[in-house]
Amino acid sequence: MRFTKDHEWVELDGDVATVGITAYAAEQLGDVVFVELPDVGKALKPGDSMAVVESVKAASDVYAPIAGEVVAANADLPGTPEMVNQDPEKSAWIVKIKVADSAQIDALMDRPAYETYLDTL
Amino acid sequence: MTDQALKRTPLYEAHAALGAKFVPFAGYDMPVQYRDGVLTEHRWTREHAGLFDVSHMGPAVLTLDAPTGDADADHAAVAAAIEPLIPGDIAGLKRGQQRYTLLLNVDGGILDDLMIARPLEDERQGSLFIVVNAGTKDADFAVIGAATHDQATLHPLADHALIALQGPEAVAVLSALVPEAADLTFMQTAALHLDGDELTVTRSGYTGEDGFEILVGEAAASLLWARLLADERVRAIGLGARDSLRLEAGLPLYGHDLAETISPVEAGLNFALSKRRRLAADFPGAARVLRELDGDLSRVRVGLKVTGAPAREGAEIADASGAIVGRVTSGGFSPTLSAPIALGFVPPALSAVGTPLNVIVRGRSQPAEVAGLPFVPHRYARKT
Repeated sequence: MRFTKDHEWVELDGDVATVGITAYAAEQLGDVVFVELPDVGKALKPGDSMAVVESVKAASDVYAPIAGEVVAANADLPGTPEMVNQDPEKSAWIVKIKVADSAQIDALMDRPAYETYLDTL
Repeated sequence: MTDQALKRTPLYEAHAALGAKFVPFAGYDMPVQYRDGVLTEHRWTREHAGLFDVSHMGPAVLTLDAPTGDADADHAAVAAAIEPLIPGDIAGLKRGQQRYTLLLNVDGGILDDLMIARPLEDERQGSLFIVVNAGTKDADFAVIGAATHDQATLHPLADHALIALQGPEAVAVLSALVPEAADLTFMQTAALHLDGDELTVTRSGYTGEDGFEILVGEAAASLLWARLLADERVRAIGLGARDSLRLEAGLPLYGHDLAETISPVEAGLNFALSKRRRLAADFPGAARVLRELDGDLSRVRVGLKVTGAPAREGAEIADASGAIVGRVTSGGFSPTLSAPIALGFVPPALSAVGTPLNVIVRGRSQPAEVAGLPFVPHRYARKT
């Protein structure tokens, strides 16, 4: 699993990357009450806003960590947004992206590097 | 603003010990939530009793400089000092009665919304207990002080804490410590005592629930907070849930739903325009306000039930044809209704309950419908 400074996680399986928000991000956000997902087929480049996760108080963008095409979005999330708080780094994945260039994933932080980064916040 | 510049309330340490997450708010480092989180805190307050630190707000006492000792004459005099700033009938307050009112500018725009109470006690006639909003308190105190200084002196109560206890179990909790609290009804106030400490208790709040606001000296604040929290019916509640509770209650928030450009009639606060003051037309901006009361009005505050993503402050409101007709001034998610709700301003012709509208969220149009306010019924302990 790799991580961005915006607190997304990415896990690559073949040429499809699963993306979600980290436990740290979910904790910072507080109770999630609404999740907006992208349409399947949407083309993403790194840094595009690809989903929105909302708490009672605020809306937060989820950014595409890599380029590619959305091949799936987690249909469980709109009905049960609290999954994002309960299991952010597993069952509450947000999208699956068909990766254009897997080198973009290698360039992201690994877990020790991400944890070191969290210590600086 | 750096953390260094943020002020702390007398209860800061108590919040930290409870695991509060702090945010800067109106110059103070305030708890936005505790470990329970906003949803749980919100629901706890609706079902039990929530304890809020609102010490960042501005309590003050306005005191007549030369009281005569005649209670009614002294009250009339201090009321006459402040009434030129507001549209509320302060002269007509009974002893121990509080009123919600508005500080207005010469154009009838709202400088702040505030509470003014006439004390119950004989020895305090000729003074008024005032509570203004946190973000506006310095400006409010300057305006009130300047307008009243010929007859009276404004004493901000900076060395105090203000604690709100809100929810259906609030009265049982507080009266276990201070039995006389149960004798107050909605918008009544009294100076009560707990182990020698004086508490200025008012049966009011901003959640839509029954409850109390309690002014206590700084030195006694932490002990009172701890004693209230020791009751298992009570949990500490942060500013996050305070906001979602007041939004469900349909209560406007200054700086968002109320502002210097918005009049009391536009804001749907006609109840704060006391009859005697309307007839006398002797408050700031009376000409505009009375014209608006006669129907010359371009916008009015409404509640909206939204389908889809929450519509936040600033979201545009469109009519059925897609024309932009107004803007959301505060909005979010209602834990009680499990749906997004909002407050915003629209033309009067589109303000009837049930009117179909749209809100624009992230560039997309979503259905919204004008809803009656409050979204969640008030449960105040009104005099029966």
